[in-house]
Amino acid sequence: MIGFKRASFDQGTRWLTALAAASIIVILGILLGIITYYGWHRISWEFLTSAPTHGMTEGGIFPAVFGTAALVVIMSVFVAPAGVLVAIYFSEYADRTSWFYQLSRQAVNNLAGVPSIVFGLFGLGFFVQFVGKGIDRAMYGGTLHYGQPALIWAALTMAVLTLPVVIVSVEEALQSVPRSFREASYALGSTKSQAVFRVVLPHAMPGMLTGAVLAVSRAAGEVAPILFVGAAYYLPQLPTKLTDQFMHLGYHVFILSTQSPDVDATKPLLFSTVFVLLALTFLLNVVAVVIRARMRWAHRSV
Amino acid sequence: MVTATVNRDFPKLRTNVTQAQPGLDPGRQSTEVRVQAKDFSLWYGDRQALRNIAMEIPSQRITAIIGPSGCGKSTFLRAINRMNDLIAGVRTGGELLLDGTNINGRDVDVVALRRNVGMVFQQPNPFPKSIFDNVAYGLRVNGLVRRSGELGERVEEALRQAAIWDEIKDRLHKNALTLSGGEQQRLCIARALAVRPEVLLMDEPASALDPVSTAKIEELIFVLKSQYTIVIVTHNMQQAARVSDQTAFFLQGELIECGGTAQLFTNPSDKRTEDYITGRFG
Amino acid sequence: MADVVYPVKQIALSRHWTLRQGREWIIDKFIRVNAGLAIAIVFLILIFVAREAVPLFYEPASKVEVGLGRMFLPQQYGTAEAPLHYVWHPVSTVPKYSLIPLLLGTFKVTLIAMLFAVPLSMLAALYTAEFAPRWLRETVKPAVELLAGFPSVVLGFFALIVLASWLQSVFDLDYRLNAVNAGMALSLAVIPIIYTVCEDALSAVPRRLREASWALGATRAETAFRVVLPSALPGIFAGIVLGFGRAIGETMIVLMASGNAAITSWSFTESVRTLPATIAAELAEVVFGSPHYRVLFFIGLLLFLLTLALNSFGAWVIERFRRRLVGE
Repeated sequence: MIGFKRASFDQGTRWLTALAAASIIVILGILLGIITYYGWHRISWEFLTSAPTHGMTEGGIFPAVFGTAALVVIMSVFVAPAGVLVAIYFSEYADRTSWFYQLSRQAVNNLAGVPSIVFGLFGLGFFVQFVGKGIDRAMYGGTLHYGQPALIWAALTMAVLTLPVVIVSVEEALQSVPRSFREASYALGSTKSQAVFRVVLPHAMPGMLTGAVLAVSRAAGEVAPILFVGAAYYLPQLPTKLTDQFMHLGYHVFILSTQSPDVDATKPLLFSTVFVLLALTFLLNVVAVVIRARMRWAHRSV
Repeated sequence: MVTATVNRDFPKLRTNVTQAQPGLDPGRQSTEVRVQAKDFSLWYGDRQALRNIAMEIPSQRITAIIGPSGCGKSTFLRAINRMNDLIAGVRTGGELLLDGTNINGRDVDVVALRRNVGMVFQQPNPFPKSIFDNVAYGLRVNGLVRRSGELGERVEEALRQAAIWDEIKDRLHKNALTLSGGEQQRLCIARALAVRPEVLLMDEPASALDPVSTAKIEELIFVLKSQYTIVIVTHNMQQAARVSDQTAFFLQGELIECGGTAQLFTNPSDKRTEDYITGRFG
Repeated sequence: MADVVYPVKQIALSRHWTLRQGREWIIDKFIRVNAGLAIAIVFLILIFVAREAVPLFYEPASKVEVGLGRMFLPQQYGTAEAPLHYVWHPVSTVPKYSLIPLLLGTFKVTLIAMLFAVPLSMLAALYTAEFAPRWLRETVKPAVELLAGFPSVVLGFFALIVLASWLQSVFDLDYRLNAVNAGMALSLAVIPIIYTVCEDALSAVPRRLREASWALGATRAETAFRVVLPSALPGIFAGIVLGFGRAIGETMIVLMASGNAAITSWSFTESVRTLPATIAAELAEVVFGSPHYRVLFFIGLLLFLLTLALNSFGAWVIERFRRRLVGE
């Protein structure tokens, strides 16, 4: 029999740690519960497809949904190929002992830890002021077209922010492709690039999808990077050109929360918008997890 | 005592291997050599895996390589199509010649080498593509087919050679992973044959299969002999005795003995060979 | 070796620059160049943020208004009776650029966040790694990942609308939006990071060490504290460092929940302003190229370098830790 002191220490620790875990779950429950409770009843197809009215106290959030979608699509066009290529390098081409590999790895890790507001500064200082103004000088003789906050710059800024997410997901997918496929390909007289692009990559497609989905999920919710690079609060029209500004779900939540003239009147709309944003984020994350789980199951010991 | 046992037991294992050679050109007198190892060695970093191997692999014959696990037989096999290059830190010494050319030489294009020397692996490893695409892969990747109709013809030819055409001709577009283990292995053989290699390397091709599939594969290898030079690594001595013309015994990275199969199994010249064959170790 | 006869037909093995090999070389180089993208981006961020910040130190307009001294050393603002040494008030007749209130605000909020997040995540990680039955572990881990998926603007919203009111009524606070409010919300963003890294570190300790301890008659708790925790300590430390880095750099939550008043005081129940929030709040209305603009970029540069250092350090610790564990 172990002594009372030891037994109670064991019990006490169990309870304390369980309490900590439970607290986290309870907090999560409260968050989800309150947002769902106050935000749920306004959700309808109409809400999602109509524009806001009456000074943002009524109507729908369609422009924000559209703007977010536009942002995310353009971002994916840039981040998907770039991320996949870097992941291919890490997984298939790199010599793990070379300094270039180590440095690239470090760079990706560091990029993942950069504060989101710094990405906003980068978007402003590089894309808008440098690239944008440069384009204006070269193509428009100095008049302001690209040298101002715009959809394209926001999309590129988001692409830079989500690059590490895509790289990590795709690399994991490539690594999970069994070695025997590569060997079989080489034994048939294929070059390295043929083996990678004809056999490994197609088989890793689910993982690439996971990466894209996670990137999209981040982009819908991150606000700081696009604060001064293209997001706007109330636009009379939907964005049609790359140089237009756009509305964004996350940005909309921010402005509604902090800069509404009448916070109480806007509250119902605000809760519903948060609900939509949260639901979208979770849906995307769940999809990504499901794809990843199915891929892991399909690749189990071949 | 031991010698008597050897002489008595092995006639049972011997099939009529050395007699009629179906398909061999009766006009051919001398034995052409396809692959020749001259003082060939290989190191994984500091560890020497193959020591001064000297042997010849004759054309249109089946050469079996036997030996206990870890003796270097797979390493030697993989050296012939330079699959060892995929491992970092591999060094070779001596010469390994294919039709007189040193395959480790500076001028050699590894990709072309691997098209000429095909390989079938121990675990069947068809690509997660359709049966047709699996067989067509080598043809597409090497750009071997110009005419659009030719691809289908070559695929059919390879599947017929691998004796699997009739079974799957209606399911060419199904995923290859839906086949059974034995069928998958025959598919891998077809895939390797599609590019019409000169030499076919087989690394324990039947060890992962059930006895019925194993018998089918052995039958297949026998038939293929007339067109291809085959080198087969096996840990199953009975299989070696059944199927091969020439057998090489490896031990700890060295070639101990190499000779006609019947001769080696009934009257080995080296004691170590005898010990392995009689099951003293291994 | 007998005379060897080679067949007349030779297999063409020689290498000459075929189209295929040329193509392969191009693809290889292209992939390698592209891989430098991440490195290039990190450098670009550094360069272009610095580009807007560094003129602070040599442009005449900026040198007059602002300097390293003005940003960090005590100044003589206010009056003789009520002296104010550290004030951040760039938009006024006498612009004041002391970073001290901002640093103080960042410190207060981060401290509160870490005070909540570290014990909660570590204990929770300990629970799922050492005590929880399998089904419970499979519930808690996804739950924490769910929490990680919350966009920070949603957490900020929650703090602003719900938490602030609740705190104010329960603790009878003067200011609705303050350091405690922001800190608590911030901890929700940091918890998943610390939890995940700690849980990985604890799980990475080989099972055989635990089994040895149990076999000697130790209880689960004793094993956890005496055997597992010490082994996992570097990983846990790295997790805290990474969480700390996240807390310092987080913008939206603080922007929405802290009140955004740049006050120099040690009180936690007053409004505060942090470094990232300052950038977010003021950059929209600043004149391009003005000293104010440059100071904001300078703050961004500081944040970038600081989080870079923290993340590199955390990653280095994790790598050392993993190597040590594998070598065991």
